[in-house]
This record gives sequence, structure tokens and C-alpha cells, in this order.
Amino acid sequence: MLKDITLGQYFPGNSLIHRLDPRTKLIALIVYIVALFTAGSWLSYAIAIAFLVSCVAISKIPVKAFVRGMKPLMMILIFTGLLNLFFTGGERVLVQFWRITITLEGVFRAIFMVVRILMLISATFLLTYTTSPISLTDGLESLLNPLKKIHLPVHELAMMMCIALRFIPTLIEETDKIISAQKARGADFENGNLLQRVKALIPILVPLFISAFRRADELATAMECRCYQGGDGRTKMKLLRFRRFDYVTFLLLCALLAAVILVASWGL
Amino acid sequence: MSTAISVEHLSYTYPGVDDTPGVTVFEDLSITFEQGSFVAVLGSNGCGKSTLAKHFNSILLPCGGKVYVSGMDTSDPEQLTAVRRSVGMVFQNPDNQIVANVVEEDVAFGPENLGIAAPAIRKRVDSALMQVGMYEYREHAPHLLSGGQKQRVAIAGVIAMEPKCIVLDEPTAMLDPRGRREVMETIQRLNQEKKITVILITHHMDEAALAERVVVLHKGTVALDGTPAEVFCQVEKLHRLGLAAPDTVELCYSLNQQGFCLPLDRLNTEDCAQVLYDSLKA
Repeated sequence: MLKDITLGQYFPGNSLIHRLDPRTKLIALIVYIVALFTAGSWLSYAIAIAFLVSCVAISKIPVKAFVRGMKPLMMILIFTGLLNLFFTGGERVLVQFWRITITLEGVFRAIFMVVRILMLISATFLLTYTTSPISLTDGLESLLNPLKKIHLPVHELAMMMCIALRFIPTLIEETDKIISAQKARGADFENGNLLQRVKALIPILVPLFISAFRRADELATAMECRCYQGGDGRTKMKLLRFRRFDYVTFLLLCALLAAVILVASWGL
Repeated sequence: MSTAISVEHLSYTYPGVDDTPGVTVFEDLSITFEQGSFVAVLGSNGCGKSTLAKHFNSILLPCGGKVYVSGMDTSDPEQLTAVRRSVGMVFQNPDNQIVANVVEEDVAFGPENLGIAAPAIRKRVDSALMQVGMYEYREHAPHLLSGGQKQRVAIAGVIAMEPKCIVLDEPTAMLDPRGRREVMETIQRLNQEKKITVILITHHMDEAALAERVVVLHKGTVALDGTPAEVFCQVEKLHRLGLAAPDTVELCYSLNQQGFCLPLDRLNTEDCAQVLYDSLKA
């Protein structure tokens, strides 16, 4: 039952987007989010959507994957849409009944907000779909590197992320085993009210935590045996390097941001 | 031959928690391992096999006595990296020693810690993966591999650091027969082709029979030490120490008690069958 959870959600591939440096993709996501929040008119939204759609097309990730990922967020989208629809004041009233007024401004605003969130989430999905967790961690570590100067443990954080990602499948497997073992001993996870069901989770969590601590201890010993002494003096096998296409991407991003800002300032 | 690891008058006591007394594992243990040899260490539970192994690369430091690795004192903090570089450790559970979520990244972990330049790491990783026969799996996720494959990745991670000696602490205990065979073949090949000293801690007598030398520990002392044939023919003594001889020897021993007169130094099945055949024919 737990195996169905998709984590990391990386789609291996060899498209231009896949081959971009993870740092480029992280920066691109930030720039794109800024552009989305600057956009405020039909034309600027159209530019932002066109940019993302072409990126998705280049990445060759099936659109289905985006739709599937969006499902759990449907409630938030609907809620945001409705809130904006009902509670935006304006002059051009379309419908009015009971205490609710729907204005044309409200309709536009609702559409903009929903589209904005949709684009935001899709852009994030595009990042995680085209970047393996390990290169994402590498990219983050490298981008955050300047923060080492203010004694932020950047390497340690990246290492923790890497180990967490590594152990998620192992611990899921372990949880499955514990659930089966407890079921074989007559534990009941399906019946009872909420409180009883939460209580039923204790016999799963206790062994899981104990085993996680034991694993952590063994892993620490194994890492020490392999001369791990923290980030100082450590090298990397795969060096991150900006290639020509990364620079092209940066130019495209500047163009996107400029276009959105210009359109916004013209008030189109 | 030169000495790879020498243990001199080692004593070790696990510290007790609060007021409980600690557990003394070794009082006065001396033993040496030759460079390039393949030694199996046997012993019943709690005899100190794993504790001894942890002394070989400074995970544990002696309470008394000394442990030398290629002449370096393991309790000298200055030599710590050098000691760990020359003695690699492989543990029982492959899941708990793989750090990264891509095979080649994990193999690169050790060399990365040593601060080697990127192209050299690449070369070491590729060669280590080829030596354990896992090269075609270099981009796989470790959790999708079988137990034997994971353990071979763990071994690759150790040999990528180019150690002189590998200590394996029950590396096959959690594996199925096929995984066990894969790992044993890899270990033997590394010993024969790369002349790496192998110290194999095991519970399986048939694995120990593949070694050049077998050491039996009992209550923190060396109870038996010799070639597999020399050690395993002392069946009664092994039984007293809570161990069994390999199946073939056990078979011959039981038959001898029923009046046969078979030699007790036949460690593989074919030899044993031949002896039985000869004796039944006669």
C-alpha cells in the first residue's frame, strides 16, 4: 500500500531541460516565480504560459504526469478560485443574489489566481521531474555555498537531504514489513474511530523508530570507516559546470522577465 | 611476507552505562595477519569477532596494548585517515552502509572524502565497479538491487579507496545462497588478483574453508589457528567451542563414530564423495 507513494518523481530522460545544470534550473524556477507575480494582465500571463508550455514540450515529460500531480491540490485551487470570485469588489456586477455579488473583476481575478497557482506548481513539477534528487541536492549545495561564510552548515544540510532521500524507500519497505508483522499478530488498522486508528499506529511507529536509530548508528560507523570527516577537504566526482545552453537559458529568462515587466508597465 | 595488521596484548572493555560494570571482551590478545593473506575469523556469538574487527580501523581504540596497521598505531589521531584508508570495512547489512541513492555516487563517497580530483575519482569508481561486476548497474538506485548486488556495491565502495586490507564483518549473513556465492567469489578474486589482504568474519564454515588460514576466537582468546584442514579436523574441540565443522567433515566424523575410518580434512564435496566412494569400495 505504501509503495504507491511516488517520491522524488524523477523522470529520467535526455532532453535539453534534463541536461541543464541543476543550478540553472533552480535559478530559472525562482525567476519564473518572480515573473508570474509581476504579471497582471492577459498578455503577460500569455507570455508566462507560453514560456512554460514550450519548456514542458522540450522536456518531453507527458502532460499526464502534471495532471496527476495536480490532483491532490485540486481543493486548494477550487477554494482559491471561489474566494476570489465571491469576495472581489468591483463595478461591473454580473450576478447578484442573496448576499453574494459576482463582478467581472472577480471573474478575471479568480482566473488569474488559479492560473498563477497552476503555473507555479507546474514549473516546480518540471524541476523535480527533470532533475534527479542527487543533482538537485548538489545544485542546492553549490548555490548556497556562499552562505558558509556566515557559518550556515550547507554541506551538512545537503548531506542530510541526500541521506534522507536515500533512506525513504528503505524505510517505506520496512514500514510495510512491520505492518504485515503486526497484522499477523492480530493488530487492526482499519476499524474503529479516528482515535483508535491513531492509537493503532503506535505499534508501527515504535519499531520503525528503533530500527531507524539503529540504521543511523550503523550508517554513521560505515561513513566514518570510509574516511568521512565532514565537508572540509571533500571533492566531488561530478563537477557542476555551466554549458552554453545554460547561458542561453539565462538570456531567455532575462527576456521573459523583461517582457513581463514591460507589458505590465504599459498596462496591457 | 610483511605484516598487514598486528595486534599486541590487546585488552578492551565496553564501558558500562551508569553504575553497571563494563563488559570485558579481551584481556590479552595477540595475533598478526600477513599482507596478502585470506584469513577467516570464526567464533560463537559474543566471542569478540566484531569487536576485534572494529579495532582494525580505529572505530574502537584499545584500552590496553596496541593495534598496528602497516606499522601505524591505530590509537594515534594523526594517523587516523591513513589507517582508515588502508583498512576498509564491509558490514553485515548492505542497506545501512550505502550512503547515496545512485550506485556510482555511493562508490565515489570514499574517494570524495579523501579529497581526490574528479577525473581520478571517476577512474577509481569505474575500476572498482568493474572489479565487483556491477559496472552496468552504475546508474541504478541501490534500493532496487538484490542483497548480493548491494553488498558488492558496498565492497566496491571500499576498494575504490584502494585499501591494502579489507575486513568483512559477516558480509553474507543477510544474503540468500546466490548472493552469498556472488560475494564470496568477489572476495576471493580481490584477494588473488589484487593481493588485497582479506579478513573475513563469518558464521559459515563452508566460507571459512575457502580461506588460507582460519582463526577461532573463544571468550576473547585465540582457541585455534591454522589452515582450514588443520582447524576443522579438530571436530570435538570445535563442538566444545560451540561451533560445527563444515558439513563434509561433520559427515566423515559421524561415520567414523560408527566404525568407519575416514580422513577429516576433506573440505569440499567432491573430495568427500571420493573418500566415501573409495572406502565403501574397499
